Amino acid sequence: MSQVPADLKYTASHEWIRVEADGNLTIGVTDHAQEALGDVVFLELPEVGRKLGAGEACAVIESVKAASDIYAPVAGEVIAANGDAVDAPESVNADAYAAWLFKIRPDNAADVGGLLDAAAYEAATANA
Amino acid sequence: MSRQTPLHATHVAAGARMVDFAGWDMPVNYGSQIEEHHAVRRDAGMFDVSHMLALDLEGPDSTTWLRGLLANDVAKLKEPGKALYSCMLNPQGGVIDDLIVYYFTPTSYRIVVNAGTADKDVAWMRERIAATASNVTLTSRRDLAMIAVQGPAAREKTWLALPETRAASEGLKPFSGAQIGEFLVARTGYTGEDGFELALPATRAAEVWNALAQAGVKPCGLGARDTLRLEAGMNLYGQDMDDDVSPLDAGVSWTVDLKDESRDFVGKAALLAKPASRNVLGLILEDKGVLRSHMTIFTPKGDGETTSGSFSPSLEKSIAFARLPLGVEAGESVEVDIRGRRLKARTVKLPFVRNGKALV
Repeated sequence: MSQVPADLKYTASHEWIRVEADGNLTIGVTDHAQEALGDVVFLELPEVGRKLGAGEACAVIESVKAASDIYAPVAGEVIAANGDAVDAPESVNADAYAAWLFKIRPDNAADVGGLLDAAAYEAATANA
Repeated sequence: MSRQTPLHATHVAAGARMVDFAGWDMPVNYGSQIEEHHAVRRDAGMFDVSHMLALDLEGPDSTTWLRGLLANDVAKLKEPGKALYSCMLNPQGGVIDDLIVYYFTPTSYRIVVNAGTADKDVAWMRERIAATASNVTLTSRRDLAMIAVQGPAAREKTWLALPETRAASEGLKPFSGAQIGEFLVARTGYTGEDGFELALPATRAAEVWNALAQAGVKPCGLGARDTLRLEAGMNLYGQDMDDDVSPLDAGVSWTVDLKDESRDFVGKAALLAKPASRNVLGLILEDKGVLRSHMTIFTPKGDGETTSGSFSPSLEKSIAFARLPLGVEAGESVEVDIRGRRLKARTVKLPFVRNGKALV
């Protein structure tokens, strides 16, 4: 079964979100997502400085099988993109929670409260 | 409810990721599709292809009937066991299905058709038997399982697992097969590698699959099958051609045999009336990204379209089949629309890879 670390937040569209000490958010795709996608071969990440709306498609993950959009979990500005993951897309398969994709500074810190916790995400994927 | 092959429980027990394919619950991979792909290019892998339908054709009119049914000409099959790839066309010249036909005697053939088209194919064949009042019988062989063992070491490993098949299959030339006891062993496949396709009683499927695995043949899913056939330049029915596409526009004009002018076949008049309007070439993406089907290709001679596209594990680049305006040749630079951006690609001759070697 896929892993769902308890210390992360999630979206129904299979992003994980780590709230850093400074309030910024680190975002990746879940283990469940990488398993469903199969071998990841290409990542297209948002440019640093880009302003994102909540739920905006801002990155693309492509496996051998298919392309999927990645969505901004909350509104904010992109402050980093993980070039190492772009250079080694297979790292998402190896460890989906280590291979972060981008970081955002949320416009409104309280928006994080609207994200799923591990139990809610697990329940959502169990019914999928 | 999806249909299950005789190997379904074996796949599930091996931890395969199962998906619906043409109404069948099939393994898409057993872990990593890319590793499975490399196993076939470098060593040996096997695929459950029992969802495809084998049909036996018997009767005095078999050869005549097939010569009228298929765009390729079975009259060129002289050696027992010899196989032929052909399109079966509708009267408008579109492709009902692509298939393999094995010749045993002038009154006995085996036909293997795609899973998704099997019902349509059989209905059409029965209609043609009635329309031509041919003395033939067509029998569905759902009592058989089919396993494709592919890769440079596939034949050796098959013999290790099934020593009783060795003597009679060692001398098989490419694209020919032999009935060996309960097995039809044919040196055919859909990967661009050497190997065998085995047809055997469904009751023995799991035992034979496990023996092959013991001999070091890696179980492979439909995911790897797709990237292997794409690299090998082989069409997938429903994606690279269909009822509305002429074989002349789908890169398989080499399978349309017009040599015997006295031979008529379904779709011939339509093909003669409407020559090729598209040229099918390979496409290699030079920018970063992944080509998929139905992407628009921009060329100085007009727009084209990808029919199949994916990431090529052997080339570590994205590749596709491109249906292009006539006059666009191999070696040209073109652009492809990927999510609204125009990325650079170049056209190449197919196939991309054959027998483990990159050709582009």
